[in-house]
Amino acid sequence: MEPKKIEAPLTDEAVLSLKTGDNVLINGVIYTARDAAHKKLVELMDQGESLPIDLQGQIIYYVGPTPAKPGQVIGSAGPTTSGRMDAYTPRMLEKGMKACIGKGLRNQTVKDALQQYKGLYLAAVGGAGALLSQKIKQSEVVAYPELGAEAIHRLEVEDFPATVINDAYGNDLYAEGAKAYAR
Amino acid sequence: MRELAVSTITDTVAGMCEEANIYLGEDVSGALKRSLEVEESPTGKEVLKQLIDNLEIAKNEQIPICQDTGFAVFFVELGQEVHLTGGTLEEAINAGVKKGYTEGYLRKSIVEDPLYDRKNTGDNTPAVIYTAIVPGDKVKIAFAPKGGGSENMSAVKMLKPADGEEGLIDFVVNHVKTAGPNPCPPIVVGVGIGGTFDKVAVQAKKALFRPVGQPHPDSRFAALENKILDKINDLGVGPQGFGGRVFALAVHIETFPSHIASMAAAVNINCHACRHLEKII
Repeated sequence: MEPKKIEAPLTDEAVLSLKTGDNVLINGVIYTARDAAHKKLVELMDQGESLPIDLQGQIIYYVGPTPAKPGQVIGSAGPTTSGRMDAYTPRMLEKGMKACIGKGLRNQTVKDALQQYKGLYLAAVGGAGALLSQKIKQSEVVAYPELGAEAIHRLEVEDFPATVINDAYGNDLYAEGAKAYAR
Repeated sequence: MRELAVSTITDTVAGMCEEANIYLGEDVSGALKRSLEVEESPTGKEVLKQLIDNLEIAKNEQIPICQDTGFAVFFVELGQEVHLTGGTLEEAINAGVKKGYTEGYLRKSIVEDPLYDRKNTGDNTPAVIYTAIVPGDKVKIAFAPKGGGSENMSAVKMLKPADGEEGLIDFVVNHVKTAGPNPCPPIVVGVGIGGTFDKVAVQAKKALFRPVGQPHPDSRFAALENKILDKINDLGVGPQGFGGRVFALAVHIETFPSHIASMAAAVNINCHACRHLEKII
């Protein structure tokens, strides 16, 4: 199946047009955040403070890249395990996030929140950090530089490959994919 | 007595840190390429192709295969005829890790206090080092950068001797099934059997240092490795958990004698980037 090109940030229409198992190529601007940045963002939400980035329509990529060598845009930049962000994801969706990219299982609360807020959970290929780094054309730290690899980066991506795991309709590729090939 | 300056160990270790993170061994890359012929799922094939391309890009761009350049784990065999000069073995290895991870632009993933501050040590030290004193006048250093995502999917269980082969298989297969897509399949499964609670975990780790696909020297355990591998792949989890035939590339078992009351078992999972390297000085 040919991958579908999508533009980031995402509209509700784009989210609803995608189904579990679809391969996508993302173009546009996405933001990185992993454990420490999520903790800080949700603390700000708890305090009613404004966030360092506007989450409306955004795709958040769970990644902590290796340092860029001189002349490189970014180092190796594959997805990290998403389950560690489960506690924060419904809050992020509530604030407008439309999709997140990681790898691995999500809990039921996250899957329900994806339906409620019309969001997507995408997986990039874990461990393909060198290949994925080539799809990132610009990288800039926009918040929490003190977190190093965990700082929030603004990334400009071209044809960044990902697969829809959980769509906005309650489907789950991790559950359905294994069923088709189990013996 | 052979004298060996610890600076030699530091330089060797620094080089190994960079090499292991950029070039995947032929044992693993060969297994990935062969798995492409076995995989039935189109999405699974696409994942495997990306992983094979990823290795080429890493090599050509001199960039790590994966952004998680790991906890630095070492198994060192120090010949008892070697006299190290200029410092201790542990300091020398950690100095090598610091040098390799800093100069090689590798990610520093270690925090000092595991519970409260979780402040990054800044140089990926300390390493996890297992040392054995052996006959001879050589130093053998085996290194693996161990990723956190797959390491998190590990387990130890104190089985009963009566659980037997069936109990062991159930434990391993059920555990791997629960881990599912999290440890970045296709995975390599390290299994320890026997010893104490702590020893069995080290055996499972050691199993991941074995070249992928090299069977256990005892034919009974080699057959068990294949049996477990088939059961794992029959789960249908496939590459990255998207569904398919290749969930695991290999199962490696390492055993140790057991107490009459026990049959300890451990599972330590590695992602497809099963990076390991060995040098003899």
